[in-house]
Amino acid sequence: MSVDPESNGALPADLPPGALPARTTPPPTRALPGGGETRRHVLVAVVLNKPGVLNRVASLMRARNFNIDSLAVSHTDRDDISRMTITLHGDDVAVEQAAKQLYRLIDVLKVQDVTAEPTVQQELALVKVRATDSTRAEILRFVELSRGRVVDLSDGSVIVEVTGTESEIDAFVALVRTYGIKELVRTGAVVMARGAGSIEEAIKR
Amino acid sequence: MTITKGDPATPPGTDAGGTAGSARPARRSHVPNEGTAGAAAIERARKAMLHEARDLKRTRIGADVLCEAMLRQGVDVFFSYPGGVILPLYDVLGDYPELRHILVRHEQGGAHAADGYARVTGRVGVCMGTSGPGATNLVTGIGTALLDSVPMVAITGNVMAALLGKDAFQEIDINGITLPMTKHNYLVRDADDIPRVIAEAFHIARSGRPGPVHVDITKDALQQETRAQHPTDEEVVAGLPGFRPNLDGHPKQLKTAAAEIAAAKRPVILAGHGVLHAEAWDDLLAFAEKTQIPVAWTLLGIGVIDETHPLAYGYMGMHGWKHVNRAIQNADLLIALGMRFDDRVTGSVGTYAPYARIIHVDIDPAEIGKNVAVEVPIVGDAGRVLRALTPMVAAVEPATRADYFEQLAAWKTDSVASSWHGSGAWRDGLLSADYVVERIGELSGHAATYVADVGQNQMWLARYTGFRQPNSHVSSGGLGTMGFSVPAAMGAALGRPDRETWAITGDGGFQMTFQELMTLVADHIPVKIALLDNKKLGMIRQWQEIIYAGNYHSSSLPGPDFAKLADAFGIPAFRARTPDEVDPAIQAAQAVDGPALIWFEIAEEQNIFPMMPAGKGLSDLIEKWDGPDE
Repeated sequence: MSVDPESNGALPADLPPGALPARTTPPPTRALPGGGETRRHVLVAVVLNKPGVLNRVASLMRARNFNIDSLAVSHTDRDDISRMTITLHGDDVAVEQAAKQLYRLIDVLKVQDVTAEPTVQQELALVKVRATDSTRAEILRFVELSRGRVVDLSDGSVIVEVTGTESEIDAFVALVRTYGIKELVRTGAVVMARGAGSIEEAIKR
Repeated sequence: MTITKGDPATPPGTDAGGTAGSARPARRSHVPNEGTAGAAAIERARKAMLHEARDLKRTRIGADVLCEAMLRQGVDVFFSYPGGVILPLYDVLGDYPELRHILVRHEQGGAHAADGYARVTGRVGVCMGTSGPGATNLVTGIGTALLDSVPMVAITGNVMAALLGKDAFQEIDINGITLPMTKHNYLVRDADDIPRVIAEAFHIARSGRPGPVHVDITKDALQQETRAQHPTDEEVVAGLPGFRPNLDGHPKQLKTAAAEIAAAKRPVILAGHGVLHAEAWDDLLAFAEKTQIPVAWTLLGIGVIDETHPLAYGYMGMHGWKHVNRAIQNADLLIALGMRFDDRVTGSVGTYAPYARIIHVDIDPAEIGKNVAVEVPIVGDAGRVLRALTPMVAAVEPATRADYFEQLAAWKTDSVASSWHGSGAWRDGLLSADYVVERIGELSGHAATYVADVGQNQMWLARYTGFRQPNSHVSSGGLGTMGFSVPAAMGAALGRPDRETWAITGDGGFQMTFQELMTLVADHIPVKIALLDNKKLGMIRQWQEIIYAGNYHSSSLPGPDFAKLADAFGIPAFRARTPDEVDPAIQAAQAVDGPALIWFEIAEEQNIFPMMPAGKGLSDLIEKWDGPDE
């Protein structure tokens, strides 16, 4: 079989008939991992409650070029095990890669992308809103409608506690923004899958 | 004569011992009077310094436990450099003569030596250093081990626990530094934790996908008395609930893989470092022979198969053989074993192996789908997967693939003919580097350990030496660490004293770590150094010539008289400037009992071809270069 010395390693356009099965032409382009559509993902990580675990998780996400939107951490029913809820934006393959990288950490017991699952998602926000005598009543009405709670009332402001999904809190914040937001703090989402199943039961054997 | 302050009447030395009247006063004037609190404090300090208890019956301290733990892990040699906070260890090392301590001349050399030791033996390499600069000097070596998945335990001392975070002398947050570049790391402040931590560190370093583990131990933990017991293997595993490597491939995926293999007409096996880690070279051979699939290998996969075997096709990638890259671009099935589709292997992913379906076997689930989307992912140990898969595939008669093999053979003939002695420098009577490494391979019977540095020398070695045995090739592939060769060869020679060890290095890398020549001499480590001196940073020069329009900045690298340099260390040196001086120089170096250096003055402007320009694909190889205008 002859070889074209000028082809420089490139594929011959056609192989001799009968030599090898015909190939599709032109060659298909191989899909790049991470090149898909970006959307919000929620990862739940069950980790050992040890010093430095948060640092390991955060450092890994930074090193692998993922930007964490929100992160909520606390210990679970067991003092030695913590649970992290991480929200981030990325395409499905990139986030799967993030989850796999997290799983490589020795202190990480379980990682699950719950984005596609039916879940309960709650976030808590404290909003300090400017309130004058003329606007206070109106603000309090919005708080009531948004099922929020006033936790502090003072001369020029109210602190409102609201819980709900990310978008519910976004909506409330947008509503009171016209009165002037002096301070805003959000916990980031915490998530639990609906139904009887448990992520923590299914930790690495 | 000085008079003691506050007591002018009494000359110094007239203490209860009664030296009054002596012409020479005892020089104790600075000592507070006995019985005072000050005197007691000084006495305590003096006793502590002298380790008064030692000659009697020494108590077991953290440093002892560290030595015991290493012995339990089978450590026979480690590479280290002393310093302030790790001195408690050096204080007890004399009691553990089974632990051979190699005093390196720089911690980076120690880390590379541990790396080289680990790569040729498959065991965990151990390096140590003190806090601060000792620890940061280890970092390059730890990073090298991480990128190439080499089992290593790096141990550093740190300042007293009470001083942590106080910017104490030689304190640096080494735990924070090594966190993203180790498989796991530890900070130990209590001697009671040392047995568990060291056992876990070795277990993590060698299990699953191997990698480096760093253990930082405070000085007081090394000094503290302890009765801590060493854990059993079961206790170690039970204590790491988050570390359960998956070793066996999923049966359903194996079945799918077998079906893909049965259907493939132009399959290629891509074998990587994982096959060597799994010690699965025999399993690979059995699988390849049964299915009659040619084997290509990555840089770190060199040695998975004897290169003279009919199914051994060659080294792939950026500077790999054209015929191998062509076979990959032409393949309809790639069976990737223990490799990670690094960018030096794939080039542009969009044009990589456009007709191929891919079976990817890797022990690390994160590697699958990371760089290249694959059709059949199999998470598992390469050896176990091959042993499970081989009985599931049908035996193929070579005749069935006659057309395919004929095509492959034609490509190979073409590629070898056009690539051999690439630049043609040898035709001008200059010494050609590929000729040198080919002769080294031949005269050492292809049975030595060959340790590459980084750059052109690394690629010449990979292409032209001819590897016949597993773990006979050591190279910094992932991190590409210049200066790797000589220290890594030092570790490799200690790990496999039954084999000759060659360090093949360029003049650039050699000048980075040649301080370890003294270690080779002091510890009688018989490394043969082949210094390929083109008085250039060859790969940089090549890129500047071809990609940066001949703008040669900083690629010319004047060096010393390397023969005199070797001589200063007491190392016999030989010199070769023409092709006919090569064989005698190699044989002379081989005849030396101990380290030797050969100074090969090679052609200054030889390039390594083929070459895949960065960002291009495997079909875009540059095979020769006559300048941009021709």
